[in-house]
Amino acid sequence: MRYAVIGGGPAGLYFALLAKKANPGDEVRVIERNPPDATFGWGVVFSEETLGALRDADYETYTEIGESFARWNAIDIYYRDTKIRSRGHVFTGISRKVLLNILQRRCQALGVRLEFEREIRDLTEVEGADLIIGADGLNGLVRRTYADAFKPQIAVHPTKYVWFGGDVPLDAFTFIFRRNDDGLFQVHAYPFDAHTCTFIVECPEDAWRRAGLESASEAESIAYCQALFEPELRGGRLMSNRSLWINFATLRTETWHRSNVVLLGDAAHTAHFSIGSGTKLAMEDSIALVDALRRHHDQAAAINDYEMERQPVVERFQEAALESSSYFEHVARYSMFDPRQFAFNLLTRSRRITYINLTQRDPELVRTVDAWFAAAAQGSSDGALRLSPPPMFAPLRLGELTLPNRVAVTAEADLDAATRTGAGLIISEFVSITEDGRITPETPVFDRARQDALRTTVERAHRARSLVALQLGHAGRRGSMRPRSQGVDRPLTQGGWRLMAASPIAYTPRAALPREMTRRDMTHIATVFAAAARAATGCWFDALELNFAHGYLLAGFISPLTNRRADGYGGSLENRMRFPLEVADAVRTAWERPLLVRISASDWLPGGLELDDAVEVAALLKAHGCDLVHVVMGQTAWESRPDYRRLFGVPASDRIRNEAGIPTLASGNITTADDVNTILAAGRADLCRLELS
Amino acid sequence: MNIGLGLPTTTAGVSGDILIEWAKRADTGPFTSLGVLDRIAYQNYEPFTALAAAAAVTRRVRLATMIVIAPLRNTALLAKQAATIDAISSGRLTLGLAVGARGEDYEVAQVDSRGRGRRFAEQLESIRDIWEEGRIGPTPNGHGPHLLVGGSSGEALARMARYSDGYVHGGGPPRAFGGAVTKALAAWSDLGRPGRPALWGMAYFALGAGTAEAGAEYLRHYYAFTGSFADKIAAGNLTSPGAIADFIRGYEDAGCDELVLFPTVCRLDQVDRLAEVIH
Repeated sequence: MRYAVIGGGPAGLYFALLAKKANPGDEVRVIERNPPDATFGWGVVFSEETLGALRDADYETYTEIGESFARWNAIDIYYRDTKIRSRGHVFTGISRKVLLNILQRRCQALGVRLEFEREIRDLTEVEGADLIIGADGLNGLVRRTYADAFKPQIAVHPTKYVWFGGDVPLDAFTFIFRRNDDGLFQVHAYPFDAHTCTFIVECPEDAWRRAGLESASEAESIAYCQALFEPELRGGRLMSNRSLWINFATLRTETWHRSNVVLLGDAAHTAHFSIGSGTKLAMEDSIALVDALRRHHDQAAAINDYEMERQPVVERFQEAALESSSYFEHVARYSMFDPRQFAFNLLTRSRRITYINLTQRDPELVRTVDAWFAAAAQGSSDGALRLSPPPMFAPLRLGELTLPNRVAVTAEADLDAATRTGAGLIISEFVSITEDGRITPETPVFDRARQDALRTTVERAHRARSLVALQLGHAGRRGSMRPRSQGVDRPLTQGGWRLMAASPIAYTPRAALPREMTRRDMTHIATVFAAAARAATGCWFDALELNFAHGYLLAGFISPLTNRRADGYGGSLENRMRFPLEVADAVRTAWERPLLVRISASDWLPGGLELDDAVEVAALLKAHGCDLVHVVMGQTAWESRPDYRRLFGVPASDRIRNEAGIPTLASGNITTADDVNTILAAGRADLCRLELS
Repeated sequence: MNIGLGLPTTTAGVSGDILIEWAKRADTGPFTSLGVLDRIAYQNYEPFTALAAAAAVTRRVRLATMIVIAPLRNTALLAKQAATIDAISSGRLTLGLAVGARGEDYEVAQVDSRGRGRRFAEQLESIRDIWEEGRIGPTPNGHGPHLLVGGSSGEALARMARYSDGYVHGGGPPRAFGGAVTKALAAWSDLGRPGRPALWGMAYFALGAGTAEAGAEYLRHYYAFTGSFADKIAAGNLTSPGAIADFIRGYEDAGCDELVLFPTVCRLDQVDRLAEVIH
């Protein structure tokens, strides 16, 4: 076998030495355009798990790596004027240059042919090889040559960042958040030997421009950052190594091979630097490819196997990296957080570490967060008890009402069943304010008889120490449907009723066309909502939830896709919100207890309502006396393109809570106590709707 | 979890005799369903016709399309064909529908593949009405055939939750099936549908000496339209009793209700060999 490895970074060298070791008779060449001692970047990070894989793959290099690394188990977070240290995160850092030297020496000892300072300009230069390995990085020749086969997708991230070295002895992975007049800057720094660290500075593009870094020289950039992070550098200097401000690019490729050409590491995929996995993933690729080649006689089967093994792993890291990068891109949103909550949110940003994982790594920090959370929930920042319940069981104050815990459930027709869950808040099924506001013939109407029945049920719930919110709504164009046991949004063919909506647009192709509401209709509906709210007081309900979501009557006004009105109730978001706010105002006057409003935070359709708009919607609701927003997604249009990933409503809740400054109830396939505790402790919601199946 | 068996309607060498004998043996074996695949531009038997033949020689097993490409068919005719097979088999049809993955099928059927998702949703909205209204017979008992919907996009899952009785997955390792199930359940609950969707999965197998390579070759050919992904599907072929047992366990853990194993070589001994493994 003859292997031609293009690119002499960690992935290429490690593949070369493992391949040569497995079959000393094979010819292995590494072709690298730079000299052997040139390297860009400073240190690289490995987890314990990766070190284990390196030990199993080649003990000799593992031992050498072990002699020259820095180890730490803490993460320091500098935020405002505090420093929070979290322990239990074991990592190893090594100088990239030292690592490359170790791998180069081992390659030479094994008989790998290393050809430095040779740039391949065309793959025909290596066409004699049985297998060509593209280990030539993000913009490598190999991937570019066969772009049609690999189908790369590159997403450029919005923030600016730069790699520096720092001659400061750190003993922890260090995050620094510093705001000055130009904006918010953050540092990701980690040691790689006893006295040197990698020091990455990241900031939003507008802060970068305001700071004049767009036109700054390397020395000027260093001077700026050195001054900004002077307290943490403790007199240490920042060093440059072709350190330019760039935007990170996430690369995904649909396939990593094409006949006898195969991609490794950054040439195939990248993952944002904030989870520090680039070199780790690259070297693990090398191990997997050599293993697969040893397992199969057939080279094509081996490459296929390699890709099948590695692609799902890499995809999971890329997903976590996207969550992580998105956190850093929007971190200004959390600048009002208490340092303890800020730290918890940072540590759980990629979703790979949850409340339970963090409890295993750092029980003391989680205890501190629990204690702070419980004390804050009681309204006092002092007097936190060392022994506090997890956030899920901290009370939540809403006006005069105190929910005993942070779980909400939505009841079906049987409210009694919901009270037996022990949830802090039970939200009733959809109850219509009028006969023609029903969704299906089974939807209850809030008439006199229903009020009497509900009063008895609520009294029973109170005896069981449950708190109950009445969910009031009007189906609008989504009414006159069959019972949902027969399917959802299937129009009644017999016994239906007439529909009205913001604009005459049917919910589904076969649904009845609603008529456009008149001003009189609107006044009437607002009055009926208010009357229902007054009646709800008499039924002893603890809270009221108005359903402005999921394509029902009020949602129909909010979405630009379903509101085509030419009067003052259509057009701009302010106009589209006018009628919903009139309803909220009318109800607010008639109802003194906590008022919740359920909104769809996105239409999940191009041209529809988006998260930015939802933040504005929530801010308007807050200004009109809404106490808490119940954040759900979609269903505002039949054609919407939902995304049902795990915890799918939580990012919207996070944004609304922390940008509009209103408490939120998060929803979206939240199924475990661990999810609930993570979401609450990280400040992504105040209350969680748990799906108990 | 139930185990179904695929009919060899897409494999090379299939004949009417083999199909009938295959169905008969399956009906006596441990299998709970007989599945068929659908494509147009390929050397395969038309799924409803094949199921009609199977219906005639079976009494027990369910007859399942996994899936039929709905937008290629006229909705009224599709509803009628399905209702007819359901009637012939005394209510044993499980109708799996989806938009399919091959542009070529749309080309040869002269159906525009653009907008196929929306058209499929419209078909789903009307197909039960057709069954229930009675103008286009035969009118099935109750709400009509057991209806499953496939597809992995959010829209597909919403269609599934709105209109069908359950989800049919397109194949893959247990982990991939589990991921799809999580989303299918989320869609079902998000849309306010009571109860739970039925969850059906599928996989390929080849048992017996010399069948692994032939099976892989068939899969590479059948999935050639996916490009290099065909190699991955071929590598996933279950070619030993141990691999099948592991796979079944994985699907069971992921909540699968019915796993249908499709043959990759057209040999009658496949029915008996698989029956032995799952007994």
